[in-house]
Amino acid sequence: MIVEIGHYALVLALATALILSILPVIGARRGDMAMMALATTGTLTIFLLVAFSFGALTWAYAVSDFSVRNVWENSHSLMPLIYKYSGVWGNHEGSMMLWLLILVFFSALVAVFGRNLPDSLKANVLAVQAWITVAFLLFILLTSNPFLRLDPAPAEGQDLNPVLQDFGLAVHPPLLYLGYVGFSVCFSFAVAALIEGRIDAAWARWVRPWTLGAWTFLTAGIAMGSYWAYYELGWGGWWFWDPVENASFMPWLAGTALLHSALVMEKREALKIWTVLLAIMTFSLSMLGTFLVRSGVLTSVHAFATDPTRGIFILCILAIFIGGAFILFAWRAPMLKAGGLFAPISREGALVLNNLILTVATATVLIGTLYPLILETLTGEKISVGAPFFNMTFGLLMLPLLIAVPFGPLLAWKRGDLLGALQRLYLFAALALLAGLAFYYVQNGGPVMAIFGLALGFWGMFGAIADLWYRGNFSKVGLAVGFRRLAGLPRSVFGTAIAHFGLGVTVLGIFSATLFGTETVVEMKPRATVDAGGYSLTFDGMREAVGPNFTEERGHFTVSRGGVAIADVWSSKRLYTARRMPTTEAGILTFGLSQLYVSLGDPMEGGGIVVRIWWKPFILCIWGGALIMMAGGFVSLSDRRLRVGAPSRKAKPVKATLEAAE
Amino acid sequence: MRRLLIALFLVLSVLPALAVNPDEVLSDPALEQRARNLSGQLRCMVCQNQSIDDSSAELARDLRVLVRERLANGDSDSQVIDYVVSRYGEFVLLKPRLSAKTVVLWAAPILLLVVGAIAIFVFVRTRPNQRTVAALTPEEQARIEELLKK
Repeated sequence: MIVEIGHYALVLALATALILSILPVIGARRGDMAMMALATTGTLTIFLLVAFSFGALTWAYAVSDFSVRNVWENSHSLMPLIYKYSGVWGNHEGSMMLWLLILVFFSALVAVFGRNLPDSLKANVLAVQAWITVAFLLFILLTSNPFLRLDPAPAEGQDLNPVLQDFGLAVHPPLLYLGYVGFSVCFSFAVAALIEGRIDAAWARWVRPWTLGAWTFLTAGIAMGSYWAYYELGWGGWWFWDPVENASFMPWLAGTALLHSALVMEKREALKIWTVLLAIMTFSLSMLGTFLVRSGVLTSVHAFATDPTRGIFILCILAIFIGGAFILFAWRAPMLKAGGLFAPISREGALVLNNLILTVATATVLIGTLYPLILETLTGEKISVGAPFFNMTFGLLMLPLLIAVPFGPLLAWKRGDLLGALQRLYLFAALALLAGLAFYYVQNGGPVMAIFGLALGFWGMFGAIADLWYRGNFSKVGLAVGFRRLAGLPRSVFGTAIAHFGLGVTVLGIFSATLFGTETVVEMKPRATVDAGGYSLTFDGMREAVGPNFTEERGHFTVSRGGVAIADVWSSKRLYTARRMPTTEAGILTFGLSQLYVSLGDPMEGGGIVVRIWWKPFILCIWGGALIMMAGGFVSLSDRRLRVGAPSRKAKPVKATLEAAE
Repeated sequence: MRRLLIALFLVLSVLPALAVNPDEVLSDPALEQRARNLSGQLRCMVCQNQSIDDSSAELARDLRVLVRERLANGDSDSQVIDYVVSRYGEFVLLKPRLSAKTVVLWAAPILLLVVGAIAIFVFVRTRPNQRTVAALTPEEQARIEELLKK
């Protein structure tokens, strides 16, 4: 019964969203307060309905109601409770429900926290959010309904894909979607601004916190997904340039560009049209990613052709929203007034360079991801575009950007002094090079070019410190006054420095792990010993173990250094009973920021087993850097300017009485 | 990488009988290194998006062995690649070659960068002259703002 009510709530949400798609827009045109106010209540209603519906599905999972087809397909009564909950979004229908829930959650946030927005802008933004809601509600109800029943009800479920039975899955999709879908707000703001034909610095100030929030979550989601793939897939890689990864990486790149261009618009009223375009493109890439992942077009063009309903549906959504937004843009953008002027060498100029490179990088990933699909569709010829292509093209594009990052914050707005910035930074550059050399020396071997890669990472870190150093003017006023000066700076300054520092840490981790990592593949019998990364691993043998819904063979290793045993590692191979599906669970041992990664292969004749051992020096920097970037995002988000938000609104007694009447 | 080779070498020399897949790993570290590099460029044909170096599939293993055989027979890297492509087609290359059908793929990043840079340059150039603007007094600026608003 609860399931049916959940289903019904979804239909009610659709009806509400349909009303909300039209009335507030008319209200904003006519200046009708009542119709505009409808947007707020309607949005909250939709949120409650969708949340209830999602709750109903979750309940069906929690009690293992296998009469619901979706639960039967993706759950098992013996599965640990946390995976019963996270299994809700571990399948197509459920993940679309999560997508929708987060979309209406963001709409609700705008409705609640957008009090100081102009009424017409708020009404339009919420209406655009409602359009997106309608599209995805229709998609779920017509093609991906999770509430369908089975009769008779099976006694036992088919179990969740074992790869997904992991804490990573519980956290990764929600974080990713918070980022992905969070950009919908930026999109709605952009479209609303185009509908109104008016846009100013205040608009950028309203959009920036949403961009920042979405970007922060997306950063966390991608990093989390990367770490999950690293330890779950069992071959030690952490980024594969897989189309699914690219699908989430493209909005991140475009979102990063948006974050920076919105800054220019807020401070200097320049780049207005470009910022609006970027806001549209970023969410378009989010939707494109959803299409790529959800339509099955990536697995093969033919698989898509045999069951194209879902794919075609999302493709239509894509065409309507992206096409519509671009048509609106082409029609309305010329009406937007151009803003402030600036010299090429200036903070604005640096941010334009940032946007140029990030946009081209986004386009490169996009073209690389879609090229094989398009070529096969047009000519039938099959080619592959994989990691070597992306590493080369994307890597080359990132190089100038990473070199330029520390310069940006040191240049003044309007007209900067490049020579001055160089003079201020050369010491930090020398330090970075020195640190790279020292790192190289300690690692003891590896290609000489590695020094520059490492130095690039340190350059990012030291450049961020340089930014704060000169803002505090430490060299002239001393430590005490310097810190007092820093304390007086807005938090967004620290947010920038922290995020740029994190970027440097990630770059350092990438170079260190790829250039200095080692891989050892051996067949081991019990009591055999192998050296890796300065440690010795002794294989103690295999042991059988039984989990709640799997059986496993665990290999035990003793890790020692200089003859002294210091740690134990268990690496196992699991067999999930319901699906008869094997997985490898890598054994990972962390030393500081470096890791020893042990993965079991096939057993050999004569009692031995293939063991793969990787030494990954400073690999945790990759995700640690992302966490630091995320922290930078939150610090910036807590800036007073963004918290308090827009300039104080003129008192509007009409609105006040309306609220009282509600 | 050198440490990897040393490790491999040690494993091979001390415990030859225990070395994994003796048919795969070559005794010459330099050749093995080249084989690893090549494997990273070749697609596992039955996998989603994996190189044969990463994949545990049977077909990937066959291809790894093939690459090593060719290298051991004295083929250059490009000869090995040519041979594999002649047998499996362009699809096997994770980094497609520059040809008529991939020219857009390869040219796009450079082209976009150049077009973007030119667009920015033109945009900056066609905007009102910087010097004139710099010469304006605050009163004049205010007046212009006022006029623009109309």
